[in-house]
Amino acid sequence: MRPLTDEETVAVFEKLSKYIGENIRLLIDRPDGIYCFRLNNERVYYCSEELMKRAANISRDNLVNLGTCFGKFTKTRKFRLHITALDFLAPYAKGFGVTAKSTTDCRRVDPMTIVCFHQADIGEYVRNEETLT
Amino acid sequence: MGQKRDFVDRPKRGPGRKTKKQGLPELPKQLKTEETKKKLGSRSRKRLVKRLRKQTELEQKKLIKKKQVAAAEDESDDENEEGDISSHSDSEDMEVTDGYTDDNKQWLKLSKKSFKKQGTHKQDDVSEDEDDSVEEEMEGGSSSDDDDDEMEDDFIGSDDDETNDDDDLLPVEKAAKKLQKKQKRDEHLAEAELQTNIAASEIYHLPSGQEITKEYILLQLAIFKGMTLSRKEYVNQLLKDMCLYYSYNNYLMMKLLDLFPQEIIEFLEANEAQRPITIRTNTLKTRRRDLAQALINRGVNLDPIGKWSKVGLVIYDSQVPIGATPEYLAGHYMLQGGSSFLPVMALAPQDNERILDMAAAPGGKTTYIGQLMHNTGMLFANDANKDRAKAIISNLHRMGITNCVVSNYDGRTYPKILIGFDRVLLDAPCSGTGVISKDPGVKTNKDEKDILRCSHLQKELILAAIDCCDANSKTGGYIVFSTCSVMVEENEWVIDYALKKRNVKLVPTGLDFGREGFMNFKEYRFHPSMKLTRRFYPHTHNLDGFFVAKLKKFSNRIPGQDKDKEDATEADAHLQETIGKNKKEDTDDSDNEEEKNKTMDVDSATSDGDDKNDDDDEEEEEDDDQEKEFGTGEDAVNRRRIPEFRGISVAVREKKNLKRKFKEQDEDNVSKKQKIVKSMTRSRHDAKISVKRNTTPRSSKKASNETPEASQSLKAFKTAQSVQSSSKTAKTAQHVKGIPKMPKTSQSVKVAPTPVSGSRKNDAQKRNTKKTVEKKKAPKTFTKKRKS
Repeated sequence: MRPLTDEETVAVFEKLSKYIGENIRLLIDRPDGIYCFRLNNERVYYCSEELMKRAANISRDNLVNLGTCFGKFTKTRKFRLHITALDFLAPYAKGFGVTAKSTTDCRRVDPMTIVCFHQADIGEYVRNEETLT
Repeated sequence: MGQKRDFVDRPKRGPGRKTKKQGLPELPKQLKTEETKKKLGSRSRKRLVKRLRKQTELEQKKLIKKKQVAAAEDESDDENEEGDISSHSDSEDMEVTDGYTDDNKQWLKLSKKSFKKQGTHKQDDVSEDEDDSVEEEMEGGSSSDDDDDEMEDDFIGSDDDETNDDDDLLPVEKAAKKLQKKQKRDEHLAEAELQTNIAASEIYHLPSGQEITKEYILLQLAIFKGMTLSRKEYVNQLLKDMCLYYSYNNYLMMKLLDLFPQEIIEFLEANEAQRPITIRTNTLKTRRRDLAQALINRGVNLDPIGKWSKVGLVIYDSQVPIGATPEYLAGHYMLQGGSSFLPVMALAPQDNERILDMAAAPGGKTTYIGQLMHNTGMLFANDANKDRAKAIISNLHRMGITNCVVSNYDGRTYPKILIGFDRVLLDAPCSGTGVISKDPGVKTNKDEKDILRCSHLQKELILAAIDCCDANSKTGGYIVFSTCSVMVEENEWVIDYALKKRNVKLVPTGLDFGREGFMNFKEYRFHPSMKLTRRFYPHTHNLDGFFVAKLKKFSNRIPGQDKDKEDATEADAHLQETIGKNKKEDTDDSDNEEEKNKTMDVDSATSDGDDKNDDDDEEEEEDDDQEKEFGTGEDAVNRRRIPEFRGISVAVREKKNLKRKFKEQDEDNVSKKQKIVKSMTRSRHDAKISVKRNTTPRSSKKASNETPEASQSLKAFKTAQSVQSSSKTAKTAQHVKGIPKMPKTSQSVKVAPTPVSGSRKNDAQKRNTKKTVEKKKAPKTFTKKRKS
């Protein structure tokens, strides 16, 4: 477990700012204590500082999870958000959105049409249990 | 989000409500008349006519016979007066029939059936017979079976004298006779059968297989006289049958039979049935009422789990998979067995605490703890299996628990990593004998080794859990131990071990239902406070078999280790001859002892005894302790028998004793100031001691007896000391700590302090006696140190 490097911080905050914009500040300066981002096993965790200090006793290999996992760095050092970050992003979300046809509409389209639209879904809790964090 | 049902396209189903045709109206019962009951057919009418004719004929014949018999009786009247007294008082008819036969009696008995139907009284006797004959006719198809009757009569009726009358008799009479014979035959058979029955039941054989399951014969064996086999054999038979029927292995069935001597069948049957699916509401995200409403809308049939839980719901049936509803994915509820609520409820986590879940996967209980803490404080979840630890993460995130750290350690090593928790939950890995309905594999693949292995692991884990917990915590200091096993070895035995090994006591779990834990079970004798633990069974509570115990830690000291530490430090102190330091330690010790006395467990009750017996008692207890420490397995026995170990331990102990003696001598020599200070505190004790010394002459006697031995070993020690450098001895002291404790031999215990000459002797004795006084109240594990 270690703090994020500068590049990593930039990557993470760029991604987050797409969703919550300026509200990133609110993630870190919270009224109920100081919260921080930590990297462990290429995954970015978000937790309170006290918890982080305690968890420092646990060795890197044995630490499986810490607070909430926001996402992970890919091999190409890009940052991917996980569905698990949704709880923290939802309250601060900007008015962004994507429009798409509903599932029922997709059912009636031409048989040769390719429909591909997926960002994240809560089904990942069950489907991607292994790779979630 | 979901699709709405399309009501427009649905075609009509069936012919509709109004097209239904009404049936014919029926008369109500009370209006129906008797006449409508039955109409006779043409043949039956003919038969009726025939019957009536026969009847009249029969009556005529009877009259004739009566006259004949009456004439005969008059002749024989004088001979048998006595016998006829009763019959005289009766009506004429009886008299007449007396000499004739018992036939009528038989008829009368039989013909009760259809009296009412026939209506008239006169016909009764005959009509019944005729009915029978009619039936026979029906069977035979015609009335020609009269011949058959005669044939039969020839075969069977040879014992009667009426064979010659056959020609004269009417078919009705023939039929009657036939019937009578038949009855006799039946009677004979029945009697024979009865006799055979009696004979069979005299030597009672236990039925095998399913029949037995409903009867608890073995509990009231005395009822069955003339048993050929012993009770043991019957029990074995029962065991075998149950093993076969429910497909358990012999060992497990034996264990279960011990646990449930009366309700074994209920338990086994309950294991065959599935427990209801239960879910737990995540109060961080929703309320139970809202969740129930949402699920009902999805076509789920549910109910609250019971009074004892405010978050549980029971699912009866569901049109959608319960583990894949949007509510589930959004973390509004958790699929969890009802019994899994219990340990967390017993733990009763508070806000802003530090809590450890030692064996957490798959995180059902962990998330429950998290939700009870309202996401405050810190929650540490640990599991030894990395793959299963992944499941914890998924559940934690889904349920929205943000204050949790998941680690992957062996629980036994956890005290080396983190300690100081307010509460610790240990849902220990177990044999799973309480959840056979979930995993029937347990029935066959668990034997004694598995149970004992689980038990051993649990003992290690519970000590680790207790070590992780902080006794000085303001809000907590509690450890909850739970298993999904019903075995005593994995439950009470483990708790009992923990009570002996650590400064913990049992406290009420806060669960108002469930059965109390065993205080004694077969060869085991447990601590009396074991009744504070709770057991849950599938057949009584419709939960999985479960065990919950709540422990409160009252001191952070670990009894065994502290003692060794003190010994080591004492040895160092002696070698460096730093007496002031000794003094400090002494005062520390006394402080600790006082603390001990305050927070004493019920153990003190057991070690409390007469002053005279104190020493002996404690020796025995210590031996017991050490026995328990090694368990009762074969390995432990072997280890104990190894002479080398014993030799080492004896030598080491002697050395320690000697060191202590040195220390005391030094103290006496140099620290007179101390004495003055201590005498202030002791003065209170001295009063007591002066009384008690009269009753305890043994200690001084012992000392005088064993002085030569002690002085010998003293010499040996001195030579050893000259060889060893100070640093080396320190090392050995540490080494001593590592050596497993061996049962104490009487020799090592008896080594008494060297008598001190002159006026000092009194002081030394005083101290000794004082210590024995303190010893009385101290827990037995601490006694070894104060022996000298």
